[in-house]
Amino acid sequence: MTVTEDPVDTNAVPTPDNNLNDHKPNGFGRMLRKEDPRLVRGRGQFCDDVTVPGMLHLAILRAPMAHARIVSIDKSAAEAHPKVKAVVTGEDLAAHNLAWMPTLSNDVQAVLATDKVRFQHQEVAFVVAEDRYSARDALELIDVEYEWLEPVIDVRKALEPDAPVIRDDLDGKTDNHCFDWEAGDAEATEAIFADARENGVVVTEDIVYPRVHPAPMETCACVADLDPVSGKLTLWSTTQAPHAHRTVYALVAGLPEHKIRVIAPDIGGGFGNKVPIYPGYVCSIVASLLIGKPVKWAEDRTENLVSTGFARDYIMRGEIAATKEGKIRAVRTEVLADHGAFNGVAAPVKYPAGFFGVFTGSYDLEAAYAHMSAVYTNKAPGGVAYACSFRITEAVYLIERMVDVLAYDLEMDPAELRLNNFIQPEQFPYESKTGWVYDSGDYEPTMRKAMGMAGYDELRKEQAEKRERGELMGIGISFFTEAVGAGPRKDMDILGLGMADGCELRVHPTGKAVVRLSVKTQGQGHETTFAQIIAEEIGIPPEDIDVVHGDTDNTPFGLGTYGSRSTPVSGAAAALVARKVRDKAQIIASGMLEASVADVEYEAGTFRIKGDPEKSVTIQDIAMKAHGAGDLPEGLEGGLEAQICYNPENLTYPFGAYICVVDVDPGTAEVKVRRFVAVDDCGTQINPMIIEGQVHGGLADGVGMALMEMISFDEDGNCLAGSLMDYLIPTAMEVPDWETGHTVTPSPHHPIGAKGIGESATVGSPPAIVNAVVDALKPYGIRHADMPLTPSRVWEAMRGNHTPPI
Amino acid sequence: MPVGETQATRSPNDKGINMQVPAPFEYERATSVDHAIALMERLGSEARVVAGGHSLIPMMKLRLATPEYLIDINDLAAELGYIRVEGAEVRIGAMTRHRELLESDELATLLPIFRDAEKVIADPVVRNRGTLGGSLCQADPSEDLSAVCDALNASCVIRSKDGERVVSMHDFHRGPYETAVADGEILTEVRIPLRPNSSSAYHKVERRAGDWAVASAGAAVTMDGGTIADGRVGLCAVGPNLTNVEPISAALRGQVPSEELFATVGQIASDNASPSTDTRGTADYKSHLAKELTIRSLRKAVARATGQD
Repeated sequence: MTVTEDPVDTNAVPTPDNNLNDHKPNGFGRMLRKEDPRLVRGRGQFCDDVTVPGMLHLAILRAPMAHARIVSIDKSAAEAHPKVKAVVTGEDLAAHNLAWMPTLSNDVQAVLATDKVRFQHQEVAFVVAEDRYSARDALELIDVEYEWLEPVIDVRKALEPDAPVIRDDLDGKTDNHCFDWEAGDAEATEAIFADARENGVVVTEDIVYPRVHPAPMETCACVADLDPVSGKLTLWSTTQAPHAHRTVYALVAGLPEHKIRVIAPDIGGGFGNKVPIYPGYVCSIVASLLIGKPVKWAEDRTENLVSTGFARDYIMRGEIAATKEGKIRAVRTEVLADHGAFNGVAAPVKYPAGFFGVFTGSYDLEAAYAHMSAVYTNKAPGGVAYACSFRITEAVYLIERMVDVLAYDLEMDPAELRLNNFIQPEQFPYESKTGWVYDSGDYEPTMRKAMGMAGYDELRKEQAEKRERGELMGIGISFFTEAVGAGPRKDMDILGLGMADGCELRVHPTGKAVVRLSVKTQGQGHETTFAQIIAEEIGIPPEDIDVVHGDTDNTPFGLGTYGSRSTPVSGAAAALVARKVRDKAQIIASGMLEASVADVEYEAGTFRIKGDPEKSVTIQDIAMKAHGAGDLPEGLEGGLEAQICYNPENLTYPFGAYICVVDVDPGTAEVKVRRFVAVDDCGTQINPMIIEGQVHGGLADGVGMALMEMISFDEDGNCLAGSLMDYLIPTAMEVPDWETGHTVTPSPHHPIGAKGIGESATVGSPPAIVNAVVDALKPYGIRHADMPLTPSRVWEAMRGNHTPPI
Repeated sequence: MPVGETQATRSPNDKGINMQVPAPFEYERATSVDHAIALMERLGSEARVVAGGHSLIPMMKLRLATPEYLIDINDLAAELGYIRVEGAEVRIGAMTRHRELLESDELATLLPIFRDAEKVIADPVVRNRGTLGGSLCQADPSEDLSAVCDALNASCVIRSKDGERVVSMHDFHRGPYETAVADGEILTEVRIPLRPNSSSAYHKVERRAGDWAVASAGAAVTMDGGTIADGRVGLCAVGPNLTNVEPISAALRGQVPSEELFATVGQIASDNASPSTDTRGTADYKSHLAKELTIRSLRKAVARATGQD
């Protein structure tokens, strides 16, 4: 396969002078985003912009406490409100068998609570009114009597024998156990640990990845319009997976699938938050069905933070067995996973712990083993959302933190330790000890490049000098490998739906084209990237290609955008569907050029006769011919279009080396991220500018998680992060100027060699930042501190309080 | 609450309506201070004055505050928006916006604590609208300007239909969200005494730009040659009330500035603090900050007052 090199130096920094991002490649390369003229001028069309004649507004009453039995609900006063059209409780839904719905993990979740509430802010009733304000006002008129029940908040106590049972709705459920999961070889791993205890070194550390929230700028919303005449439901909704949602609605509501049209308009950030189906969507559909009018639901910021899909919440014990010289031999972990009140994890069915199995990282090991217990608690459901590549965020944090713990104990340089343990380039494809087949990698050059950009040796010298003066400077490294692009249908499905993706390409007579995707952008730039893929393959300029997505009536089936899967799966589909069109174009060209097909060659949108470059036709000429008059080569239909459904052969395994430099104020314990170097390898790059944008966003995300973000609860289960004053996300003030670079190691099985990039930086940056802070605190004898490293937590760590009080 | 006890819900928040849409309210727009006072007299205790609105409106959206009437005093920005030096006093109108406090070079020269503090108060959007009067009247224990005015020994001018009265910061700030301003009264002006050979400084620790203080401290000193003639420290977010400045001032008075002195005074400030543990930090950490930030503010204020900054 060939890798098309970007004609410009993609490591150069774009400035207003060099217009690096502003050239117009007929294929891969830097190019301004086609969607931006609409978005930056405020002309985007988001769910809450959708207005349909006669539309009503829905608001949800939520539970005030984390665990309580519903004694009674009096909705008469709310129903008497002059502008209220309907007040619906769980009991009302139960009459239609709609009170519960399946989650994406084959659990069930209450649409509206019937028996009891299981987390604070759970949905209890909804009001539909003529306007948004009246709907909210009427919520206050609903009188619910609750009987308080003891909540399960501390995940470590959830499995205690006397813990209250949260899920007594499940037949025979007598505890809060959700599922157990394991990977690797326990016995082989223990054998190596036993040997290392005798002859080598074993390090153990307790590591918490706290509960965080995706907090997209746009909260969740929908407009449900069930036409009473045609019986067709049109649902505008904030969904990253319109086709999967449509099928689930069909199965839940018993509506025929062809009578459901899901439209995902512009989406203001997803990060996994818009993968699940939330009760608000279902309530809106039910309301439209009951009342016969379109119904809008738009949650507010608090509702988004306290009730929708959270992420992480893994309590991990990590262990490494190594030789005294620093050869890592085995890794083991025991995980306690907090899944909240309902198991709402969105992950392929066979992977209840997502892809946490790649916790072996980028290292060549002799053995590995992980065991996980997932439990229910009285907290909001969710679990896999948030730019985590199906739990790879947790896996990478665990291994990259543990490698630094080992470096601390061995008094080794953490860069050197990593370099000594990398999987070597000739070992690819590499099968890990937990069964993952890494497609390609060449780790050392990437690591060396990052060290070079950072000036690693100089930084260490500077650090030594500063330590002499009592100043706290830290250098943190993380080297991550991700597994993205779910996934091969032999292994992966969600609720029985295979994770393949369709693509359709139609070239119009004038040589313009439309490509229809099953995936859906939430800001990633699909309308640009996919046009570039088509352009690269058939030579139609990106600006002549319309990218249609996010509308189930107008796009082929596929499972949507999350887990960095758009480019690995749908991007491959786009390349292959273009090649199908190109193959047909080549036959038409052979007729036009009066040559045999084999004698026609293609380059950059032009088909010419081999050895006679003067005789050529362009893709645009061919498009007109395909639709025009006159005969086509024998046996060929008119038109120039194709469709495909791409089933990926394997996941793709992007990787990267990140180096973070922090300064910690010894008096106040404030952390300042001074520098951040990120060298990513996502294989072939389609649009380096968009890749940089993805990386920048993910790095900022990492600063947030490492230093400030946490969804915390008090002992009664009250969520303490119900606003953006309490749940902090970083601003431009907290992030440095990112220093990005890349290497290119193409994926061998992907048609264009591309790997996913959407989550690399979110996955890779938290360990680099935490490693840097812990490195800065080395004079205090500290080898671990838990996120988020707020000033208070850093100060407590300096005083030896490893487990922060709050 | 014990198991089995039932609860009939009462306030909106008890009902779990953690919403972001305010309850219905009526709106009046005052065109002068006298008009505002007349409106307050007429509408009674269910009316609230709104200036910048960056505290009251969010509380209303969360239905933590449900006033029946809002009296908008933004049209008073001309009448009450000023920074004037009159004799040995700086007079600042209650409607002076954070941004004006931040950008005033005169204020930065005379009372640099204001610029120190304003640089770290919220963000430009809030600073464009929020006012000095609104900040003091909100009386949030984490509000920076109360600590600033406390350190500066400011006094507050409160007007009603019966005329004006002037109260010290100590008497003005009655506790969390509680001030000396009664029904029918409005804060119109803050007065800060000016003394020669004086300066001030402010230090704050926040989890993120724009966040409320984890803790902060402001210091103001007046020098007499090589000794401190007078000094005050105001703390923020380390307890429900203003700092008890008297022991701090007593420890500073007549002393030659030194790191040991600052440390001693910092310890007094810390001992006077009564912080509680929350998501911003532990009580121990906040007590530590009370000391650390007092030291830093005193060090800076003295350096400025003695021309060494």
